Amino acid sequence: MEFELTEEQEDIKNAAREFAEKEFTAELGRKIDEKYEFPWMLYRKAAKLGFIGGSLPEEHGGQGLGCIEDCIVAEEFNRVDSTCAHLLSGIGFAALVPKFGTEEQNKKYVPRICKGEIVCAMALTEPNHGSDAGMVGLETTAVKDRNEWVINGAKTYITCGEEAEFVMVCCQTDPNAQPPYRGVSMIIVEKGTKGFDTNSLKPKLGFRGAPQAELSFDNVRIPLGNLLGQENRGFHQIMSYFDFSRIPIAAGAIGIAQGAYESSLKYSTQREQFFQPIANFQVTQFKIAEMATKIETARLLTYKAAWLVENKPEQRRLVTKISSMAKAYAAKISKEVTDEAIQIHGGVGYVDSDIERHYRDTRINDIIEGTGEIQKYIVARECYREIGFSV
Amino acid sequence: MEIIVCVKHVPETAEAEIAIDSSGKGIKTEDLVFDINEWDDYAVEEAVLIKEKLGGRVTIVTVGSEDADKTLRKCLAKGADRAIRLTDKAFDGSDAYATAKILYGVIKDLPFDLILTGTQAGDDGYAQVGVILAGFLGIPHATMVKKIELMEGFTRVNRELEGGLEQVMEVGTPALLAVQTGINEPRYVSIMGIRKARQKELKVLGLNDLGLKEEEVGESGSWITVEEMFIPPVEKEAEILVGGLDAISSKIVETLRARGLI
Repeated sequence: MEFELTEEQEDIKNAAREFAEKEFTAELGRKIDEKYEFPWMLYRKAAKLGFIGGSLPEEHGGQGLGCIEDCIVAEEFNRVDSTCAHLLSGIGFAALVPKFGTEEQNKKYVPRICKGEIVCAMALTEPNHGSDAGMVGLETTAVKDRNEWVINGAKTYITCGEEAEFVMVCCQTDPNAQPPYRGVSMIIVEKGTKGFDTNSLKPKLGFRGAPQAELSFDNVRIPLGNLLGQENRGFHQIMSYFDFSRIPIAAGAIGIAQGAYESSLKYSTQREQFFQPIANFQVTQFKIAEMATKIETARLLTYKAAWLVENKPEQRRLVTKISSMAKAYAAKISKEVTDEAIQIHGGVGYVDSDIERHYRDTRINDIIEGTGEIQKYIVARECYREIGFSV
Repeated sequence: MEIIVCVKHVPETAEAEIAIDSSGKGIKTEDLVFDINEWDDYAVEEAVLIKEKLGGRVTIVTVGSEDADKTLRKCLAKGADRAIRLTDKAFDGSDAYATAKILYGVIKDLPFDLILTGTQAGDDGYAQVGVILAGFLGIPHATMVKKIELMEGFTRVNRELEGGLEQVMEVGTPALLAVQTGINEPRYVSIMGIRKARQKELKVLGLNDLGLKEEEVGESGSWITVEEMFIPPVEKEAEILVGGLDAISSKIVETLRARGLI
């Protein structure tokens, strides 16, 4: 049993850390936070160094790396500044293209993503449907009309929806399918297509470097060839993708927690109360011990999940279960650790520091790519399945 | 162009908590992060820039333990072509003179048009290895170099002097140039670079490979011995200014000016 990164992974970790420590200034983080701006400049710089598209295939300009490397980069970036790290949201779902797309779709989009020229988005959530999208069916529909799809409906909370050059839109293509998720397809809609409109959503608590938008589709006509993957298999595609895409989300949450923990550790040795550093008080020591333990636990779970994706992909159910555990747990402890970091910093943590921003930023991790509750449902479902009981 | 760059794997001490080790002659390094010496990073970048412009090969040489591979891999990822690590128990305790001799042991048999080093190392600050190495090789050198222009048979370099002065001089090649920080902007390590570095040669040589004797290196081959290392006590001297706001502010300005701080 080994708990060490390989030499190459160690080098990637150092490279990501060095890049982030020099480029992700708190000042820049604050600016992005205030202006709700996607950090294009950082995105392009990161792309030039191969941090964008690390796990995208080499033949299309990616680095051909795996889930572990994606986690390393996500953790290191978020450790330094959770808002600057939002640059990673621009590629959140890009891997769907090489996984399910045609050669033509790959050639058209993936190299431009790897170069940092464009970002993309995936749209599943609707005003009336989020976690229940698969069970109840989608209101956004796509109907075939000769050689085109005609899309109507609305999506919301779509990360980088406005910035995206193309959006992979989940549409109900078979309204009679039972259960409804058997009638969902993914269709690529490009920016600027007639009838496709976006509207940026604000104010929001945090996660502001990854602007979210509502999208509307009014008789949007798309060539049939823009179908991504198989017709009526869109929901399966998304779910199988979530199994590994949620792991770097967990790693990002751990990175935020790690950064907040390191600040707290240092601050507690400097801040004096009752004529001594607060680190001398056992109440502070216990907080630090709890924070460190939670981070380490979440990290072990997350990297185990990433390791499973790379080494035991055939154990699909196990990957699903452990990756859901990792995402739910990492998001939870990241909220707790950043909360405790504010407590250790006191007034300084609440008002005049970046801790409060990291605290706001990590909150989204318990909602995106499946809420904590949905993750727990998945874990429980798999646990019961193991004893032959269906929930 | 054949360029050799000498680098050192050093602890980052600028922002770390420093403690003296039990020998009293060094610092505790177990909790420190090691990386390429800052000055050497600029030397590597300069070498890679020259290679990208004129073609050729960049060879990195270091004296150090296996840990130094981290620094060597970093240099390879940034574009150097091969690396040589000189490692031997006998090398421990070498001063600048002995270190230069070890480097000479391998470099004398390598082809080169230019040797680049950092002006100094961040840990011991001797700023001697490059100069002594040039002496062993019998080639001209320049230190504190902040600009390099390569000509036919010589190089024109700018040296950074105190007080914002710059000196331009011509140095016959092959030469050794010890570069100053700020000569360029060292690139970041890219994932592409890391992947390419895996294919590049990283050779390890020891005392026997260099044709050196044990007494020529390490403490016995050194000219300098460290007596003691200590952290100077922090002086706490405060002057309380009294009087009106104007009087106090003029006094502050006066004090800062007298110390050359403004």
